[in-house]
Amino acid sequence: MKGQHAVLGSGSSQTQVLGTARRERLTVVDNEAVGPYVLLRLERSGMEPGVPGQFFMLEAPGQLLPRPMSLCLAPPGELAFLLEPIGPGTRALAALAPQERIYVLGPLGNGFDLAVERPVLVAGGIGLAPMPYLSEALGGPPALLGFRSERHAEAARLLPGAEVVVEPRLVTELLPGEPSDILACGPEPMLEAVRELAPSAQLAWEAPMACGYGACYGCVVEVEGRYIRLCIEGPVL
Amino acid sequence: MNVPVLNASGCLDALTAPEVAATLDAFVTKTVTPLPREGNPPPRIAEVDGWMLNSIGLQNPGIEVFSTSVLPRLQDLGVPLWVSVGGFSSSDYKTCCERLDDLDAAQVIELNLSCPNVDEAPETVVELVQASRSATSKPLYAKLSPATPDIAELARSVADAGANGLSLVNTLRGLALDQATLRPRLALGTGGASGPALRPIALACVYACANAVELPIVGIGGVMSGADVIDFIAAGASAVALGTVLFADPLSPARIRDELERARSRGYSSAVEIRRLAHGLAFASRT
Ligand SMILES: Cc1cc2nc3c(=O)[nH]c(=O)nc-3n(C[C@H](O)[C@H](O)[C@H](O)COP(=O)(O)OP(=O)(O)OC[C@H]3O[C@@H](n4cnc5c(N)ncnc54)[C@H](O)[C@@H]3O)c2cc1C
Ligand SMILES: Cc1cc2nc3c(=O)[nH]c(=O)nc-3n(C[C@H](O)[C@H](O)[C@H](O)COP(=O)(O)O)c2cc1C
Ligand code: FES
Repeated sequence: MKGQHAVLGSGSSQTQVLGTARRERLTVVDNEAVGPYVLLRLERSGMEPGVPGQFFMLEAPGQLLPRPMSLCLAPPGELAFLLEPIGPGTRALAALAPQERIYVLGPLGNGFDLAVERPVLVAGGIGLAPMPYLSEALGGPPALLGFRSERHAEAARLLPGAEVVVEPRLVTELLPGEPSDILACGPEPMLEAVRELAPSAQLAWEAPMACGYGACYGCVVEVEGRYIRLCIEGPVL
Repeated sequence: MNVPVLNASGCLDALTAPEVAATLDAFVTKTVTPLPREGNPPPRIAEVDGWMLNSIGLQNPGIEVFSTSVLPRLQDLGVPLWVSVGGFSSSDYKTCCERLDDLDAAQVIELNLSCPNVDEAPETVVELVQASRSATSKPLYAKLSPATPDIAELARSVADAGANGLSLVNTLRGLALDQATLRPRLALGTGGASGPALRPIALACVYACANAVELPIVGIGGVMSGADVIDFIAAGASAVALGTVLFADPLSPARIRDELERARSRGYSSAVEIRRLAHGLAFASRT
């Protein structure tokens, strides 16, 4: 099927989570190694990049279900995603060649609230993914990045000027003493640690997702004793 | 060929994606139980070898909140509604059916008699259908498990117990292990397996039941394309429901209808005609 696309919603009703999301088949521009990660660049076609922290569901060739990915960069005419190849879906995405095409649905979920006075970006590992686009939207605020090895830390080049630590040092050691508005993404233990130190931080969480639009109830996280769907209530909570 | 296309229970939330629900011939709710349920702990889903595993655990607001605040909002969408009900005893099924009986918005009640992710009722499937029948005059569709030794025999028994239709099939129980740790990938261990690999199993169930009973059948299990719908109609279904495919492609109802339309231009025009191809003449003359 060629060039199938559609606007899924009018965006007029608050309950319509698909809102302005579209589903289109996008062409791969390039797939570049960034340390152990891969930057997948797609032609943007008619898709909106959305708000930093929102995500897209990417068709992973050979897999039944699409995989959720945060938008990393929105260069003119493109959407770019930073992938960590850790399993069959992410490996299939990392193996895409220029001119191949995949279905993409998005933007989905709730991104970061950008109305903050003293933003500081904090990311661990692949949690770097949404930060370049977020940094651009906020005019290049201070950023703190933690990686598990020097090789992983090569990806810090996507966020020039960031302060970088490599394990055994932890990114939480760099958190500023003075009041700040923290926007963070990374592995769960890191997010828990950030929340401990900065209870009002905006945190971008992960969960396995089948649909990304509230249909499957697969992505729940526990908040105050209740299971909420991360894809429509988050991923930024 | 005009084949009703529904969603499979638990595979779409019409309130969060009304634009998708609007593309269906009827919306089937997630299974509702008498009391509210938070559902199973995460992780609840995993993909393995072309299957999807899920262990949602019937997260739902309970029949009371469903009836008073969810159903009216669903009714506003203007799509015919099927309400899926479930429980842990025949009195649970009875409670739900009684509550729905005088609510016009619920056109059909689907009895989820086959969820692999929660404890089973002590009664037999037939007893659950009988209890439900005693509580409502609405059309009842019995949703059966493909892991049934003789599904044709069961179909005859649920027909005798008062079911008006069959929904075939629910998921199969499966297990996926994390390759590094060998721990189950889902929090509760096993989950229900769905997706295209379920299709031949579902087709065998539809085929067997269509030969055994006169009830209308909703074909469910790995429908991904218009060609799959034709398989289900040929096997004996009169409608299909889309499950896992909706996660990968929320536009699949419209796409699948297009594909069916194109099948007609290839020469398949009626359900009876393609059923005759799959079952032989005897079956076709019966329908
Ligand atoms: C909103 C959201 C945004 C996301 N954004 C990004 C993004 O921008 N870039 C990105 O790379 N990922 C992102 N992810 C995570 C990504 O979606 C998953 O890594 C991906 O779905 C995994 O699919 P898979 O088939 O490769 O691996 P799976 O088959 O799902 O997992 C393979 C195996 O790896 C294990 N595993 C899971 N996570 C890890 C891990 N972190 N390290 C090592 N092993 C692990 C699993 O337990 C499993 O055994 C995001 C997730 C969400 C919910
Ligand atoms: C995430 C998920 C949730 C489900 N929830 C229910 C449910 O609440 N009640 C029910 O009767 N079936 C439920 N099912 C089963 C589906 O309705 C359907 O029978 C099954 O997935 C097979 O169809 P498929 O292969 O097209 O997905 C669920 C399936 C999935 C994948
Ligand atoms: S991913 Fe399906 S409900 Fe969130």
